[in-house]
Amino acid sequence: MTLVRHVATAAVLAVLLVIISSTVSPFRDYQMAEVACYVVAVAGLTVLVGLSGQISLGNGAFMAIGAYAAALLLLHLHWPLAVVLVAALAVAAAGGAVVGVAAARLRGPYLAGATLILAVALPSLALRYGLLGGDQGLTVVINSPGFLGPSFSLTRWQAWLTCGCALITLVLLANLARSRVGRSWRAARDDEVAAALAGLNVARLRVLAFVVSAACAGLAGALLAVTTSIVSPGAFTVTLSIGLLTAAVLGGLGTLPGAVWGSLVLVLVPTYVTDVASSHGLSSSVGSNIPVAAYGVVLVVVMLTFPDGIQGGVHRLSRPLASRLPAWPGAPRRRPPGPQFRAPASEHQEEGSL
Amino acid sequence: MNRSHRVGLPALAAVAALAMVVSACSSGSSGSGSKSTSGALTASAPGITATTITIGSHQPLTGVAAPGYDEIAPASNAYFDYVNAHGGIYGRKIVYKYLDDKYDPTSTVSVVKQLVLQDNVYAIFDGLGTPTHLAVAPFLNSEKVPDVFVASGCECWNSPSTWPETFGWQLDYVREGKILGTYIKQHFAGQKIGYFYQDDEFGKDGVKGLDDEIPQADVVSRQSYDPTNINVGPQVAALKASGAKVVVSFTVPAFTALLRLNSLKLGFSPTLVVSDVGSDPITLAGLLEAYAKQGGATVSGNQLTQGIITDGYMPTLGDTSNSWVALFKKIHDKYLPKLPFDGNVAFGEAVAYTFVQAMLKAGKNPARADLVKAIESGLPQGPAVAPYAYSASDHAGMTGAFIGVIKNGVIVKEGPVQVTNTSATGAVQSYTGTQPTAPSSGMP
Amino acid sequence: MTEFRELTLGGISVGMIYAAIALSLVLIWRATRILNYAQGGMAMFTTYIALLVINHTGSYWAGFAVALASGLVLGGVIERLVIRPAENKPPLNAIIITIGLLVFLEGLAGILYGGQFRSFPAAFSITGLHVGSAALGVSANDVFVAVAVLAAALLLAAGFRYTSAGLQLRASAFSPPVARLLGVRVGRMLTLGWALAGLIGALAGVLVSPSTFLYPNSMDSIFVLGFTAAVIGGLDSPAGAVAGGLILGVALSYVGGYLGSDLVPLFGLAALAVVLMVRPSGLFSPAATRQV
Repeated sequence: MTLVRHVATAAVLAVLLVIISSTVSPFRDYQMAEVACYVVAVAGLTVLVGLSGQISLGNGAFMAIGAYAAALLLLHLHWPLAVVLVAALAVAAAGGAVVGVAAARLRGPYLAGATLILAVALPSLALRYGLLGGDQGLTVVINSPGFLGPSFSLTRWQAWLTCGCALITLVLLANLARSRVGRSWRAARDDEVAAALAGLNVARLRVLAFVVSAACAGLAGALLAVTTSIVSPGAFTVTLSIGLLTAAVLGGLGTLPGAVWGSLVLVLVPTYVTDVASSHGLSSSVGSNIPVAAYGVVLVVVMLTFPDGIQGGVHRLSRPLASRLPAWPGAPRRRPPGPQFRAPASEHQEEGSL
Repeated sequence: MNRSHRVGLPALAAVAALAMVVSACSSGSSGSGSKSTSGALTASAPGITATTITIGSHQPLTGVAAPGYDEIAPASNAYFDYVNAHGGIYGRKIVYKYLDDKYDPTSTVSVVKQLVLQDNVYAIFDGLGTPTHLAVAPFLNSEKVPDVFVASGCECWNSPSTWPETFGWQLDYVREGKILGTYIKQHFAGQKIGYFYQDDEFGKDGVKGLDDEIPQADVVSRQSYDPTNINVGPQVAALKASGAKVVVSFTVPAFTALLRLNSLKLGFSPTLVVSDVGSDPITLAGLLEAYAKQGGATVSGNQLTQGIITDGYMPTLGDTSNSWVALFKKIHDKYLPKLPFDGNVAFGEAVAYTFVQAMLKAGKNPARADLVKAIESGLPQGPAVAPYAYSASDHAGMTGAFIGVIKNGVIVKEGPVQVTNTSATGAVQSYTGTQPTAPSSGMP
Repeated sequence: MTEFRELTLGGISVGMIYAAIALSLVLIWRATRILNYAQGGMAMFTTYIALLVINHTGSYWAGFAVALASGLVLGGVIERLVIRPAENKPPLNAIIITIGLLVFLEGLAGILYGGQFRSFPAAFSITGLHVGSAALGVSANDVFVAVAVLAAALLLAAGFRYTSAGLQLRASAFSPPVARLLGVRVGRMLTLGWALAGLIGALAGVLVSPSTFLYPNSMDSIFVLGFTAAVIGGLDSPAGAVAGGLILGVALSYVGGYLGSDLVPLFGLAALAVVLMVRPSGLFSPAATRQV
C-alpha cells in the first residue's frame, strides 16, 4: 500500500510538473531541470546523513563520477541516454561502495574530514588525464527524443527528463526509507551497540547507505551533465558538496520533501538576491558580494528559527490542518535525525576524576 | 519518511502556488528582426530598442577567481558610460548586464541562459574564462546569439565552422608562447630553461607555443601549479634543483609574485620571462607592496620585479605619451576612481572600445547577424599593438605582441612588435606598421 | 640533497600553518563538540582588521596584537550570538550555521574591503637564511611562524592541564550537567573555548597571509588542509594537531617537489585514508573501541 500511495503521489506531481513546464518560459524550464538534478542528489544525501547518521561533505565527488561517466559514454560509445544514466548511477554506486567500505569505521568529524578531502581530490583527477578533458572538460550534447516530434524544445525535454528521474528517485527512496532497510538504518544511527546486539550488520548497513547516496549523486551528476552540456572540474568544487549538505539540512534533514525545499533554496535564492542587489545599482564589489553575505545570513537565520529545517516548519504550520485528517500509525521522533556527536567512550577512562 | 503522506497535500498546494508565481514571473517577448530602411531607430533585434542596446556577460565577481578579474567588467562599463554620455551608438545607450558566475561552469550556464532567454540580450560580450565559456558557447551558437570578444586566450574560439557566432579578441596563449619562445631562443640560446605554468589550458597552451620555438634539449624542468594551492615552494625547489638559468612562466600575477618570493627564500635568481597576464607591474607592485614597506626591509617591491621580461599586446601603461593610455586613464579617473589603473582596467576599456567599433559598423538598426558580419568584414586596429585578423574564416582577433622588460616598475618596450599564427610551423615575424592614434573624441 | 632539505624545511613551515588551523579546530571540538567550518573565514576577517591597523599606524606588531584581540572577541561573540541558540538542537545544525557564517564573513569582507588581493607584511625578513654562501631554504619569518605556532600549542596544552580554567573547559565539554553541579559556569567556558579558538585562528591568518595574499576566499584551501591535518592527528589532541600539520605539510611538499603538483590533493586524500584505516580516530586520539 505504501508503494501505491507513493506512486500515486508521484503521478499527480508528474502531471502537475508537465503542465507547469509546458506553460513557462524556456528559462524557467531550465531552472526546473536544475532544481530536479539537485533534488536527486540532495535526496540521496539526506538519506545518508539523516537516516543513516553518516555525515558526508563529499557527495559532489560522486556527482562528478556520474557526470564524467555519462559524458564519456555519450561521447565515445554513443549509448542511448537511458542506458547511460543507469550506467552512470552504477559507476557512482561502485565508488560509493569503495568509499563506504573505507569509511565504515569512521565517525562524525573524522568521516566529515575524509569526505571533504575526497571532494577536493577526486575532481583533480580530471586535470591529470587527457581522456577526461582536463581543465576545459567534456562537452555533452543530447537531443530531444524522436517520439516527441522534431521541433520539441530541448529545454522542455531536459526539464521532463530530470523531473521524471527526480520523481522516480523520490518514490524509490521513500519506499526504501519505509522498508526494513530504512528502519535498520535508523536503529543503527540511534544506537549502534543496541542495533548490533539486535543482530543488525551495522557495517554493511553503513556501506549500503553510502552506495545509495552515491548512486543518487551519480544520477544527479549525469543529469546535470546532460542539462548544462558540460562536465569540467570547476563544476564540482567543495562548494557544491557543502551546498548539497546545506540544502539537505535547510530543507529538513531526513525528509524527502526537505530535499525539494533545500534544492529550491539552493537554486533560486542566490539568483533572486542577485537580481535585488543589481537593481539597486551598487558599486561592483559591494553589489556582487551582497548576495553572498545575504545567503550566509539566510542560512544562519533559517537554522536558528527552524531547527528542523523548512520541512519541519511546514509540518508545524500544517499541523492544525492535519489534525483533521485520519490518524496514521507512527511513533513521534525521539531522537533528531543525523549523526550524534558524542564524546568518545575513552574520554571517560582518560579523565577519571574532575 | 512517515511525513510523506501527511504533508502530501500541503506539498502539492505549495508546488501549485509556486507554479503560479513562476509563470507570473516568466517573460516572453522577443524583438523582431526586420531592418528598417528609414532613419528612425527601431527595435531591430532582441535586446535592441529605439533607445537602448542591452548586452550581457558572465564574470567571476566573487570567489577564488575574482581578485583582479572583477575589475574588467566595471572598466568596460565605464567606457560604455563614457560612450553613452557622448551620444551613444547612433543615439542608443548601451546597457551592460554582467552577472557573477563565480568561475563555476554550472553557474555560467545558469546566468547565460538567464541573460539570453529571460533578459533577451542582444549579444554576449567578453565572457570570461575558458572552462566557463566553453559551457555556454554551444548554447549561444545554437541560439544564434552573437558571442563576441571572449575574455580568454584559448585558440578554441577561432572555429568559424562550428561556432560561427563566437569571436576571440585578446592574443591567444599559443601565439604568446611562440613570441616569447622566439625571444628566448634568440637571446638565451643553449642555456637551461625551466617552465612554470598554471595547469590549465592557459598554461598548457602557452607551453605548447614555447615548445614550438625552444629546442627541447634546453628545457630542463617543467613545473605546473594549481591555482587553488598557494604553496609553490616545492615547484620552485624543483626548478632550482634542475639548474635552470631562465624560467618562463605562464602565471597569473599572484603566482608570479609567489614565484619571486619563494625564489628569494631559496636564494634562486634566474632570469624571469613572464607572459602578459602575469606581469602587469602595477598588480605585481600591489602584491609585493608589503615587502617594500617593511621597516628595515632587505627587499623592495620594485627590486623584485626589476628585469622581468614579458610581452604585451596593448601599449604599456607606463607609456603616458601613448594616446590610448591617456584616453583610458582619463576615463578611469572619471568613472573608476577607486580602482587602481592597472592591466585589468585597461583590458576592460579596450575590449569595450572594440565592441563599440563593431556596433558602429553593424549599422543603424542591426539584426544579430549584422554584428557578426561587421566583425568578419574586419575591424580597424585600435588599442592593440598588432592588427586584428578578423575575417569570415578567422575569428581569433589579435595577432601579435611586443617584448618588453620591467624597469623601475614600468614595462619598457624592446624591439618591434612580433606577429605570428598558431600553427607549429608558422614563423614569428616583425610587424613594421605603426599603431593608429586614439581618436580625440574617445569614440571610434 | 639541497632540494630534499629545501622541501623538508618548506614543508615544515607550511605545515605549521595547517597545524595552527588544526589547533583551533581541535579547541572548538574539545570545548563544544562542534565542527567550526567558519574557522578559516574568521581568520581571514581578523587579518583584514590587522591590515587596516597596520596601514594606519605603520606598525606590524600593533596589527598583530589587534588581530589576536579581535580573534578573541570574534570567537566569543559568535559563540554567544549564533552557536549558543543551537546548543540543544541536532549537531548538524551547528555545522550549517558555521557554513552560513563562513559565507557571510566572506561576503562581508568583499563588501567592506573589496575583492582584490592585498599584500600582507611578514613579521621578519623573507629572504632566505644563509649558512656561508649556501641558502638553507628557510627564512627568518618561517622560523618565527614555527616558533609562534609551537608556543601557542604548548601554552594551550599547558593551559588545559595545569590551570583551573583549563580544567573547567574540559569538564564543560565532558559532561555539562555534572560540571554545572560542581559550580562550573558552563556557558562561560564554551564562550572561552570559542574565544581562544578565534585567537589561534587569527594567529594562523596573520602568519599565512604574507604567502597567500589576503582576499575574501584566501583561507578556503588552507582550511581544508588544516581540517585534514586535525583529522590525521586526532580531533581531541592538540599535540595531534601539530603532528598532523607537520606530517601533512612535509608529505605534500615532497609530493609537489618530486612527483608533480597535480598529485598533491590525491596524496592528501591518500595520507588521510592510510592514517584513518589504521586509527579511525586519528593518530593521537585515545583509541575508542566499542567492539560488541
